[in-house]
Amino acid sequence: MTGMYEKVLDWVNDFDHADPEYNERAHEIWEEFQGSECPVAHSGRYDGLWAPFTYEMVHEIAYDTEHFTSQGVVVNTGRPLIEAPVGPAPPITSDPPFHNIARRLLLPPFAPKVIAEWEPEVRRLCNDLLDRMGDITEGESIVDGAVQYAQSIPVNVIARMLGFPPEDEALFRDFVHNVLERINEPAEDREAFMQPLADYLDAQIEDHRANPRDDLTNYLLNVEIAGNKLSDEHVRGSILLLLVAGIDTTWSAIGSSLWHLGTHPDDLQRLVDEPDVMMFALEEFLRAYAPVTMARLVKDDYDFHGCPMKANDWVLLPFPAANRDPKQFEHATQFVIDRQENRHGAFGLGIHRCLGSNLARLELKVAVEEFVRRFPSFTVDGDTRWSVGQIRGPRELPLRVLKTS
Amino acid sequence: MRVFVDEEKCQGHNRCFAIAPELFDVDDYGTAFALNDGVVPAELEDKARLAAANCPEFAITIED
Repeated sequence: MTGMYEKVLDWVNDFDHADPEYNERAHEIWEEFQGSECPVAHSGRYDGLWAPFTYEMVHEIAYDTEHFTSQGVVVNTGRPLIEAPVGPAPPITSDPPFHNIARRLLLPPFAPKVIAEWEPEVRRLCNDLLDRMGDITEGESIVDGAVQYAQSIPVNVIARMLGFPPEDEALFRDFVHNVLERINEPAEDREAFMQPLADYLDAQIEDHRANPRDDLTNYLLNVEIAGNKLSDEHVRGSILLLLVAGIDTTWSAIGSSLWHLGTHPDDLQRLVDEPDVMMFALEEFLRAYAPVTMARLVKDDYDFHGCPMKANDWVLLPFPAANRDPKQFEHATQFVIDRQENRHGAFGLGIHRCLGSNLARLELKVAVEEFVRRFPSFTVDGDTRWSVGQIRGPRELPLRVLKTS
Repeated sequence: MRVFVDEEKCQGHNRCFAIAPELFDVDDYGTAFALNDGVVPAELEDKARLAAANCPEFAITIED
């Protein structure tokens, strides 16, 4: 392993989600915890980390803003420098009552009807990427569903929404990799390799001040709370959130869904034969392969179901594990493509429900529809490489195309 | 049949509006509300039940 810590040998007492084995074997690890007497992992790594794996416990913490703060939502070797209730990336890092004020500023641009207007653009983008794969020979060609397809969809959309140059997409992916995957490197190193992201955002904000246009960056620069413009820190933090949260989360959801279809030919055939089943399949992809685990910090020493949590300990909120808890979902570990009752928490539960959930759903739905329309039969052929850390999805996904439309 | 949305519980997941736009709508902040005072025509009762069964926040209740 890279970073400060050794390979995990004891998942109960020395847990570390940055060990690549965690995302590779996530479904098994969650099942083991959910079937054991103590469904909570602990670790001294990251100066204290807890991870509960049942729906009930994840739900409880998601709703408990009294004992847990959102000031830090990505577990790493340091601690956030900007204090609650604002935190470094409002509103995801904010606590009540400020949270609601910051969140209401960003809800309208991500409301369902506003996002629905992006559908033709997302469809065009997906088809462009499929076209760029070049000549495909049935049964022979292998395409990378993560690298050549999934990873480029959300990054292009969010860059356009923010008014950032889409041609910087590789740079954005690098920033996101630094924030979300290089979590187990020393805090001083993290500060150094995060600096280019801060500098990039400052340059973009400066450019938007000098040359205002109709995008989310200028929206944040102009919007007011009770007659006051947002602080520079707030603007930069919200842009950071939109850039980081809008990229490899959806990339992971698209990749995992293609991975599922490439390993479950019956489900792929059902989608081809009955496109209308997508309404249910979309939610089942999100339940069974939810990409996002959130985190909280413990406010003050707190006994959580017998776990002696200390102030400033990290607590993971593994919504993806909660979504596969047999106490909450029937046939929890099976993918049921037309599951009728599906109250999954892929986008979180409670006040921090993912702000971009309508956009993520649109991108996931359109990306899978267009891929399946172009390639009605494909199979995973080769090694899938999974991401590391709180966002789970394939980073390399070799798919052999068996049929083209 | 009537449906009710508890606006305090609703967090804007948008599941009900996606499933049954004939029965629910959302405001500019994504918060759901029932259309037509929540009155559900007989032919939409299954959709109303489906919408309630998919709300992650258990914000929708049904009165038969």
